[in-house]
Amino acid sequence: MKIGVFTFGGGYAMIPIIQREVITHRGWIGEQEFLDLLTLAQSAPGPISLNTAVFVGYKMYGYRGALTSLTGVVLPSFVIMLLIAVFFAQVRHNAVIDAAFKGIRPVVVALMFAPIIGFTKGLRGYIVAIAAATALAIWHFGISPVYLLFTGGVIGVLIAACRGKEVQR
Amino acid sequence: MIYLQLFISYLKIGFFGFGGGYAMLSLIQNEVVVQNAWMTNAEFTDIVALSQMTPGPIAINSATYVGYTVAGFWGSVTATISVCLPALTLMILITRFFLLLRNNRYVKGLIAGMRPVVVGMIGAAALLLMFPSSKEGASFIDGWSWALFLVTIYAAHKKANPILLIVLSAVAGVAIYYLPNIL
Repeated sequence: MKIGVFTFGGGYAMIPIIQREVITHRGWIGEQEFLDLLTLAQSAPGPISLNTAVFVGYKMYGYRGALTSLTGVVLPSFVIMLLIAVFFAQVRHNAVIDAAFKGIRPVVVALMFAPIIGFTKGLRGYIVAIAAATALAIWHFGISPVYLLFTGGVIGVLIAACRGKEVQR
Repeated sequence: MIYLQLFISYLKIGFFGFGGGYAMLSLIQNEVVVQNAWMTNAEFTDIVALSQMTPGPIAINSATYVGYTVAGFWGSVTATISVCLPALTLMILITRFFLLLRNNRYVKGLIAGMRPVVVGMIGAAALLLMFPSSKEGASFIDGWSWALFLVTIYAAHKKANPILLIVLSAVAGVAIYYLPNIL
């Protein structure tokens, strides 16, 4: 529950908080297990905080634990966002609010671009090319990301299947 | 059946939300703005901004908000639950087979294959917000927009706090677009 309330910024910003709560304060799981969990939570679909909540909850108390910790993470966001939705609809057309959001929008777009620049630095050229092609396919041709994800996954598995026979790490 | 549509859309978002956060935005945007036209690009950008300033994952925030604007309280409940369902079931499965999955080369291949797509999805979400298909609901309206954009790219590169940047941009927005009208 506490994890859900104090996680401004979402996603990666939440990790240290989850870590402190789950390992240091409660001793629910070990350090190494947490790292493995993080890898899995990143690769499974859905927000990382949700995934870790389900993982820890399930490990502790089975299905009921998973459901409880999930509710704990979701409920604060849900209530806060619901309040904002109700309230925001009323002030949306206020001239000051409108002006503020005109300033906010380009900044939000920039904040989305910034991590991409960081990502691409460490990646090889062909991966950047695939990423760029993906972005173009979704943005310009309106192809659903779902198909592209699926294709990428299948190709990845195929490559793994071919390679695995020769190089058994 | 608006509830059913919300349910299906957010179930999809939850199920294919690999990469979390910003990568999911592209999916959410595809469902909410492109496929169902529940809101304009500008409204969607506003939700992204609001989500960044409030606690919790962006997927849940957007589900609650979109659900509410489209179909009231029960709409927000429907969307929020359906976005959580895939994470709940898949993670329980993953937890059960945790040790088996960890070093499986097919799982590794699957993840490696999806990684560049996820990066591309983040780019697509940003591009769609920059150059929407229709003029209505555009996020970039004049030179000031581009100036703010460039300054933010620089600031984010220098690891400035994103919440602070949003608050500052709101102040800038009021100064640029509101104050000249009343002075």
